[in-house]
Amino acid sequence: MRVLAAMSGGVDSAVAAARAVEAGHDVVGVHLALSAKPGTLRTGSRGCCTIEDAHDARRAADILGIPFYVWDFAERFTEEVVETFVGEYAAGRTPNPCVTCNEKIKFEALLDKAMALGFDAVCTGHYARLSVVDDVPQLRRSADEGKDQSYVLASLTPEQLRHAMFPLGGSRKPDVRAEAAERGLSVAQKPDSHDICFIPDGDTRKFLESRLGERPGDLVDAETGAVLGRHTGVHGFTIGQRKGLGIDAPAPDGRPRYVLALEPVSGTVKVGSSRDLGVERIEADRPVWPGAPLEGPTECVVQVRAHGGTAPAVAEAVEGGVSIRLREPLHGVAPGQVAVLYRTDAAAGDLVLGSAKIASTA
Amino acid sequence: MTYLDHAATTPMLPDAVTAMSEALSTVGNASSLHSSGRRARRVVEEAREAVAEALGARPSEVIFTAGGTESDNLAVKGIYWARTKADPARRRVLAGAVEHHAVLDAVSWLASHADAEVTWLEVDATGRVLPETLRAAIESGPGDVALATVMWANNEVGTINPLPELAAICAEYDIPLHTDAVQAVGAVEVDFGASGASALTLTGHKLGGPYGVGALLLDRDTPCEPLLHGGGQEREVRSGTLDVPAIHAFATAVRSSVRNRQATFDDIGKLRDDLVAAVLHEVPDAILNGVPADDPAGRLPGIAHFTFPGCAGDSLLMLLDAKGIECSTGSACTAGVAEPSHVLLAMGADAASARGSLRFSLGHTSTRDDVDALARELRGVVDRARQAGLAGMRKHKQEV
Repeated sequence: MRVLAAMSGGVDSAVAAARAVEAGHDVVGVHLALSAKPGTLRTGSRGCCTIEDAHDARRAADILGIPFYVWDFAERFTEEVVETFVGEYAAGRTPNPCVTCNEKIKFEALLDKAMALGFDAVCTGHYARLSVVDDVPQLRRSADEGKDQSYVLASLTPEQLRHAMFPLGGSRKPDVRAEAAERGLSVAQKPDSHDICFIPDGDTRKFLESRLGERPGDLVDAETGAVLGRHTGVHGFTIGQRKGLGIDAPAPDGRPRYVLALEPVSGTVKVGSSRDLGVERIEADRPVWPGAPLEGPTECVVQVRAHGGTAPAVAEAVEGGVSIRLREPLHGVAPGQVAVLYRTDAAAGDLVLGSAKIASTA
Repeated sequence: MTYLDHAATTPMLPDAVTAMSEALSTVGNASSLHSSGRRARRVVEEAREAVAEALGARPSEVIFTAGGTESDNLAVKGIYWARTKADPARRRVLAGAVEHHAVLDAVSWLASHADAEVTWLEVDATGRVLPETLRAAIESGPGDVALATVMWANNEVGTINPLPELAAICAEYDIPLHTDAVQAVGAVEVDFGASGASALTLTGHKLGGPYGVGALLLDRDTPCEPLLHGGGQEREVRSGTLDVPAIHAFATAVRSSVRNRQATFDDIGKLRDDLVAAVLHEVPDAILNGVPADDPAGRLPGIAHFTFPGCAGDSLLMLLDAKGIECSTGSACTAGVAEPSHVLLAMGADAASARGSLRFSLGHTSTRDDVDALARELRGVVDRARQAGLAGMRKHKQEV
């Protein structure tokens, strides 16, 4: 196959490309330039957008002996990922930009260009197991549970998955690093990337404020309706947040307060106790099914965040979405997040049954 | 492998390789007074004389440098500093809009760090600075001009500037003119004395010499402050121990390439005509940029620059590379992201056309086989790149 390896400059994508080469594929490495001004997004070696990262990716490609190019996706990335991120927060939702990036950039903009240029697949360093059984893609959790990235890939359509390749799915991170060192890849000890690549200092609130400005509103007690204080914008809050609420007076019962709901139109942030934070029902829309949609109520595990946030549940496909009843309440569930449904499988790795975007909770 | 990127760098000439190899095994600092030093000194001075003779300069006008970028920086900054020191009113730099980044960025640096005011000289649709453009720029304030800098021939589209005419206009006002002749030397006739320029940049690796060595031809009467201070070599304008083997090989390459210039011009020019015909035959809507085909004297013999409508240059480059054909989208950028060429933009192209362009450049090792190889692959490559371009646009529009 002709394979286009997306190379971020990190150790994972370098080893993924190496394995694709070793599997006998005709591999070309591409680094995606995602910032209009390289070097301004992140300094150091944690991100995916600096000149240094492009250099690291190029060095890895040199060692693998594959052609290497830098493709400019800055405009698409800004429009589809950064603007969406800001817009979702402004609307009181909590988006995951890595999901959007996989959906819109790596497996849409990049994949489309690759296919048009004669490639058969796009290879990345994601930790998730992917196979195709009877022409139906099966996406499963990684063999390294701590690194599992099936959550951020679960929104890919079957068509996208058919042209994806994740050679690291069956590996554990320490083994990948060791393999990189063995192969003489200089990125073997490069630190993992964390957080959001376009927010270099990790201060999401400050980033959003710089983009959205101040949109003041009330902090309201969800039970009594009493105004407890003012805030500078709903985009500064996520559901389940406890710190940084800026309320002087303690709750009457002395318990900590949490953000329970965000109402962007009125600019209201509702707070209350943790017992009102537990979510038992999730209604989600824009479902994506790797194979057939769920048939009838299905026992599964639902995950609502990239790391953690899982609970056993019964899910059912409904018109235009998914209705999920949780077996045990889950905290910090916010509209805008993606709910991914898994069928537990300890041997082969939990199988992704489908995913959908959370519209409302109860 | 089909190498169509000689304007980026061209293979060393065999006699330059020999000269360099021989000199590498000798010892001697050209500034030392003992016999090893004297021997090294002699090699350097003979090189200086050879370069001077080949290019219509006096030996004392040849300053060896580490290449084109250094020569451009030395001329632009050094002459600016010297001229403003003599008269603080001279703060204006006149510079062609399509200069190489070694000049562009040096000029911009003067603007941001040394109080310079820049007058960019616009070019016509072929990429040429017209004499009247230069005259008008000077006449808006002749007394405040520090220097003018206009390249002899453009590295992307190959257009040749009317250097003697431009120099004559500068001479009327006693304004020094620097010219970046990196692409011109060895390709067309370059006579420093006859051109009337005050300073001229050339570099080794574009004419069959080694990397990392070049020269600035600097008129004796043109003051120039050094960039590098130290041992006072090279008329105190460029300190640093001389790289004797590189200088020896560089001079050998200058002499050979200038001596064979006419034959090279004819052969490469003919090959380029074939290449242009082949490209237009395979891709009839390709647009030849720069000087039209019927004006061979107006352009470099080895460069053919095309816009392929609907294609992205980086797609074309990758697809050709996969077929073993090496060419360029123009000038490279640090991060490797293809920027739309400032040259094409200055010539009036829109950003999409500027991004969808390729430069093919021929040199002394080019053959008819290279042209044939390109002709064989080009149509398929352009069709593919066009599909990729359309796919991107379609998706993009849907979502907007």
